[in-house]
Amino acid sequence: MLKISNISKTFNPGTINEKKALTNLSLHLEKGDFVTILGSNGAGKSTLFNAIAGSFPVDSGDIRLDGQNITSLPDYKRSKFIGRMFQDPLKGTAPNMTIEENLALAYMRASSGTSPFSMISRADRKDFRERLSQLGLGLEDRMNQPVGLLSGGQRQALTLLMATMVTPKLLLLDEHTAALDPATAEKVLALTKQIVAENGITCLMITHNIPSALSLGNRTIMMNNGSIVLELAGQERADMTPEKLLKVFHQQGISNDRIELSAE
Amino acid sequence: MISSAIIFSALELGCIYALVALALFLSFRVLNIADMTTDGAFTLGCAVSATFAVAGHPILGLPAAMLAGACAGSVTAFLQTKLQIPSILAGIITNTGLYTVNLAVMGFSSNVNMMKAATVFSMVQPILGKTFCKLIPVAILTLCVGFLLALFLKTRLGLSIRATGDNPDMVRASSINTGFTITVGLCVSNSLTALSGAVLAQYQKTADINLGTGMVIIGLASLIIGETLMPKGKTWVKILGAVLGSVVYRFIIAIALRMDLPSECLKLISATIVALAIGLPAIKAGLKPATAKGGK
Repeated sequence: MLKISNISKTFNPGTINEKKALTNLSLHLEKGDFVTILGSNGAGKSTLFNAIAGSFPVDSGDIRLDGQNITSLPDYKRSKFIGRMFQDPLKGTAPNMTIEENLALAYMRASSGTSPFSMISRADRKDFRERLSQLGLGLEDRMNQPVGLLSGGQRQALTLLMATMVTPKLLLLDEHTAALDPATAEKVLALTKQIVAENGITCLMITHNIPSALSLGNRTIMMNNGSIVLELAGQERADMTPEKLLKVFHQQGISNDRIELSAE
Repeated sequence: MISSAIIFSALELGCIYALVALALFLSFRVLNIADMTTDGAFTLGCAVSATFAVAGHPILGLPAAMLAGACAGSVTAFLQTKLQIPSILAGIITNTGLYTVNLAVMGFSSNVNMMKAATVFSMVQPILGKTFCKLIPVAILTLCVGFLLALFLKTRLGLSIRATGDNPDMVRASSINTGFTITVGLCVSNSLTALSGAVLAQYQKTADINLGTGMVIIGLASLIIGETLMPKGKTWVKILGAVLGSVVYRFIIAIALRMDLPSECLKLISATIVALAIGLPAIKAGLKPATAKGGK
């Protein structure tokens, strides 16, 4: 499904700010895999996502999705089949456009056959309404309001809907609940689980929360200094506890307050 | 004090220049780009339309001017999206180059006199009569363009252009090529600017290389006057506001001229209006006790 082979990325090569963000990283995902990613700040988690989404070209190695080599595909073309969510709820939606218009933009991802001059139809509107009501936030009655009026949690839930509206081959979640209050984060996480499960979406999720990294999905990887230092799956993962994982963290010489707090 | 002739000419000019305000609504407000191509594109429209009219094709001159304006817009968009030149500089570069192009279009002369040439206005005069032969066509044209622009911004392409100005991060994540949407937006906006110049040239039966100077500021002043007059609201309200603002601006100018203000002062007045209007939020914030800066 997703096959990342030996990718490397160095920022500012040859300068004093040189930073090896990814070193010979390989990762192989099967269809339907839900992988959680742990690692301290600067471990290369977000860089890995940027590389997969095409925000910058990688220095070496290749990335294949469903057999197609996407290593040199520009980001806007990759987003046809890769959905992505950021930590910042402001990043995923256009604030001065209405909920309905934002959904229409998301819907365009796959409907390449429709004319660029077509407008939001009554059928589209009905479909949007139905999907919004599934979020259980009452947004279906506010479709003509600008997204800028929504709360962070509502915007993030809307972004989740937009990212999965046209089922993506791959969903990248970059700490998408970290900026929300605990109750809202819980709700958005539950929605994520539900939508990913219903559509069988292959998913990568960055988190700093060890319990949720172990409870969500079917695989967990840990990154440090631009490489994967630990992979957990199957029985080994089922037997893992936050305390034991924290020990592994310390053995690796990784320290991170956010991760340590989350394990308690 | 104000005669009907003055009212008519203010309405007519207001409708013609409203096209520039609509163009700037698209580039400055929707795409969030200060497009400095405007001045040159306006003169380009004048030059193309005048040259066509002198050659006996006044009607053909209007779409030809729009096409020329769209080309100018595409050059700015190319400089900005492909060559990564900052948007303001890209517009200034195109604008500078257009000076020579505009002279060339007018046969390397700094003005074109169309006194003897037929114009779209002289063609409709037998039908509409002398009083209305200018106002009716320009009013219909401006309202049609405004309506089409509002409609365009509701299409999928229009939504992509709006999102490009609103949140570029999000747009790339929804598989929209921002280079493409910026190009389309600048082509459309500059074709409207050129159309405005094209109509003006035939309206006053002369084209001049300096007609477009300061046009971007006049357009912005109209746009901002319209925004303060109209309630905040949907796209079509904003578009109507731009047209209204342009007409009001022309009335302000007409009154200023009646008060024997030398016409040379108008640009300074326009510049002051724009500076004050755009700076108003900062001025208001400065007058209040210092508070934490708010986000978007």
